[in-house]
Amino acid sequence: MKYDHILGAPIANVSRRGFLTGIAAGSLILSVGLPARAEDPPKYAGDGMPNGLREDPKIFIAIAEDGTVTVLCHRSEMGQGVRTSWPLVVADELEADWARMKVAQAQGDEPRFGNQDTDGSRSMRHHFMTLRRMGAAARQMLEEAAAKQWGVPVAEVEAVNHEIVHKGSNRKLGYGELAKAAADLPVPPRDSLKLKDPARFRYIGKGETPLIDGFDITTGKAMYGIDAKLDGMVFAVVARPPVLGSSVKSFDDAETLKVPGVLKTVAIDATPAPAVFQPLGGVAVVATNTWAAIKGREALKIEWTDSPHSSYSSEAYKATLEEAVRKPGGVVVRNDGDAEKALAGAAKRIEAEYYIPHLAHATMEPPAAVVQVANGKCEAWSCVQSPQATRDHLATRLGIPTENVTVNVTLLGGGFGRKSKPDYVVEAALVSQAMDGKPVKLTWTREDDIVNDYFHAVSMERLEAGLDDAGKPTSWLHRSAAPTIVSIFAPDPKQEADWEMAMGLIDMPFAIPNVRIENPQAEAHTRIGWFRSVYNVPHAFAVQSFAAELAAAAGRDQKEYLLELIGPSRQVDTRDLSVKWNYGEDPAVYLLDTKRLRGVVETAAEAARWGRELPKGRGLGIAAHRSFVSYVAAVVEADVSDQGFLTIPRVDIAVDCGPQVNPDRIRSQMEGAVVMGISLATLGEITFKDGRTEQTNFDGFEVTRIDAAPKEIHVHLMPAGDYSLPLGGVGEPGVPPIAPALANAIFNATGKRIRTLPIRDQLAT
Amino acid sequence: MAFTLKINGADHTVDVDGETPLLWTLRDVLGMTGTKFGCGQALCGACTIHLDGTAVRSCQTAVQDAVGMEVTTIEGLSPDGNHPVQLAWREANVPQCGYCQGGQIMQAASLLKDTPNPTDDDIDAAMSGNICRCGTYPRIRAAIKAAATKIAGAQ
Repeated sequence: MKYDHILGAPIANVSRRGFLTGIAAGSLILSVGLPARAEDPPKYAGDGMPNGLREDPKIFIAIAEDGTVTVLCHRSEMGQGVRTSWPLVVADELEADWARMKVAQAQGDEPRFGNQDTDGSRSMRHHFMTLRRMGAAARQMLEEAAAKQWGVPVAEVEAVNHEIVHKGSNRKLGYGELAKAAADLPVPPRDSLKLKDPARFRYIGKGETPLIDGFDITTGKAMYGIDAKLDGMVFAVVARPPVLGSSVKSFDDAETLKVPGVLKTVAIDATPAPAVFQPLGGVAVVATNTWAAIKGREALKIEWTDSPHSSYSSEAYKATLEEAVRKPGGVVVRNDGDAEKALAGAAKRIEAEYYIPHLAHATMEPPAAVVQVANGKCEAWSCVQSPQATRDHLATRLGIPTENVTVNVTLLGGGFGRKSKPDYVVEAALVSQAMDGKPVKLTWTREDDIVNDYFHAVSMERLEAGLDDAGKPTSWLHRSAAPTIVSIFAPDPKQEADWEMAMGLIDMPFAIPNVRIENPQAEAHTRIGWFRSVYNVPHAFAVQSFAAELAAAAGRDQKEYLLELIGPSRQVDTRDLSVKWNYGEDPAVYLLDTKRLRGVVETAAEAARWGRELPKGRGLGIAAHRSFVSYVAAVVEADVSDQGFLTIPRVDIAVDCGPQVNPDRIRSQMEGAVVMGISLATLGEITFKDGRTEQTNFDGFEVTRIDAAPKEIHVHLMPAGDYSLPLGGVGEPGVPPIAPALANAIFNATGKRIRTLPIRDQLAT
Repeated sequence: MAFTLKINGADHTVDVDGETPLLWTLRDVLGMTGTKFGCGQALCGACTIHLDGTAVRSCQTAVQDAVGMEVTTIEGLSPDGNHPVQLAWREANVPQCGYCQGGQIMQAASLLKDTPNPTDDDIDAAMSGNICRCGTYPRIRAAIKAAATKIAGAQ
């Protein structure tokens, strides 16, 4: 297939070899552009992202002569449903028939498309209004084209389900018939756009929209990074240093080259720290198929250099973190009132420490890429969350201009933050270069993925509170120590970044007069990276577990006590809590609204019938957390047998993410977040010994399977309300409250308090 | 060495080491990428196919052992993509990222062939070898039950 005849072809993101799903032939591009708008500093939301937001139907919407409408999606699909939900928004404002909507995937090109980082639960949050306005602009252009053709005032025509209708004469013209004429018209300026009355939405906020990729996924046709194919492609795996900071001292590939199918070995230079997203280095084995490459790698003899991280031990490191949080001296990041004095005068002092180990992302599709580097150009096909970063890192490493690098984005078989880091794509490029420009498919085996991940940070949280005679807290002291993600970007940082501590630590929402939050130092000894909901995981686990511990100390019900801690309904500017980052959003717009936090607590509790009689060994636990400017509460029902065997009959999760675009995908994200939360709470753990992980595959790094997943997950969406209100995130905020809600349920079921994750056999009797 | 495999009803001749797993033969040699690599150790089920109608892990099935057997992959589960399990999966919008779903569907189809009306315990026993990191398990469970009803209704 060739797409050369697409006019202008800006949307022809398809491979020249035509193996990616493309746009229907004969598409006409709406050649329109919205005028640039005045910037109002400081920049937040999409405007605050690198390369900002683009809002141009010329770039993002194509209407073919047969009426097919194609929306160019420039964020990566990794299960959150963006490839369905984005066209859904355009379709509504465009008054289009969903059956005739298609989606195409944009290449990495931020100067053209605006920011493409698929992370931070912000794809819909940042683009809801741009998608609406682009859909409305295209609709008004079609209306104007029809009115011109009929010689009638534009006020007499309206768009109705993929046609423009003249009300007086009942004449009709299909979108396909009008596309070319519409494309020649100027774009209506923003202030002339007539957005739909939300009461007339057909798709936005409505029930079940079938997944746009559902058929391909269920028939094996969907293409992920690991599935890309090019003619003459060879296959590679890489032997990487098992310890951070180590590199190849020498290697012997004599036995490797005897393995049938092995073509060559290629040394990849290690990247000096901080490596950002560049490869770890090692030795690649190239073969006629991946299996032969794996067998060849097994036969390699490599001597690795020593590394300062080769003594990294999780057991010893845990003790280091404990020591750090048990003494003052860390950076004070929030200080309201006088917590020390209030603690000293408290009627009762409660303290507890919470530990969460490293976690691996373990996306079901491991990192993989197909890359060809030839004639001074590089073209990649891969499952990446950050196609522009991929492009930039390829250009840097290959020493060629960014313009000569093309990154095609496939579906992602899971992302969770791992695929924001395109080291695997750079590896494939280096191997292709060494293979004289042959296309190379480079696959990480599961062992590679687990051993050399950018791990979720291990962390230790120490909390201390003073209660008054009534059991009400008057002081709160929290020390949080964890290696920082900044360690992959900068040499040897030891403090958590402002944005890491703004995830549930500094923005602790409880109405307590004396609060002191400190960040002691911690060193990174492995690659640390974003993991779905990031530092909210340890912070929410600690804060929400501790809230329930205080309730127990006060002899109070968890839910009632939690509501009292949250306090009366109020809207807090997070800057007043010393927070320096509000998920990139304007803190004056996205306030911390305790009414909404209370709302999800009450909704989840009511749905779970909080307070109901339960048999012995069974308990309900609750937790609530604001993250990614959304509010989520969960009630977990835990059942612990006499032998200490844990089952989870039911979870109720309530989410307030503001206006809802695709409720089915909000529900699915919450369901998935519950399972991921249960997985990390009960099983997930990466430990290091001698600088190496002790887990290598799903036998060591266990994840929740269907038999241990909650038998029922009930998702409760808070009423969407006014569509002019700002949207919250959806992909990540469901995760943080799950582990503490489970620990709180186990406490109510058994009296045992879980402070160290994973739970594993801690309940065994 | 050359082996002739019958895959989705058609013969394919491949020239690979006899120990090569069917998974990599399908994916890298024959270009049939619907069968996914997930762990290489039969721990995750992403590579599930049918051998003579029964679900197996293709990462642990050597090419030489599949000769003379009917190999069915997700691409060949039904001629039009409308096997009751596939229909039920789409109606429930089961997939999130979708990567594991081919293996899940092949495992579920095999379960329903042997156990037309599975209990929750049957589903747990048959499906717990298939990992979904996105956590679609509640919908997988519901879709299996819906598919069972579809199959029963068609008979």
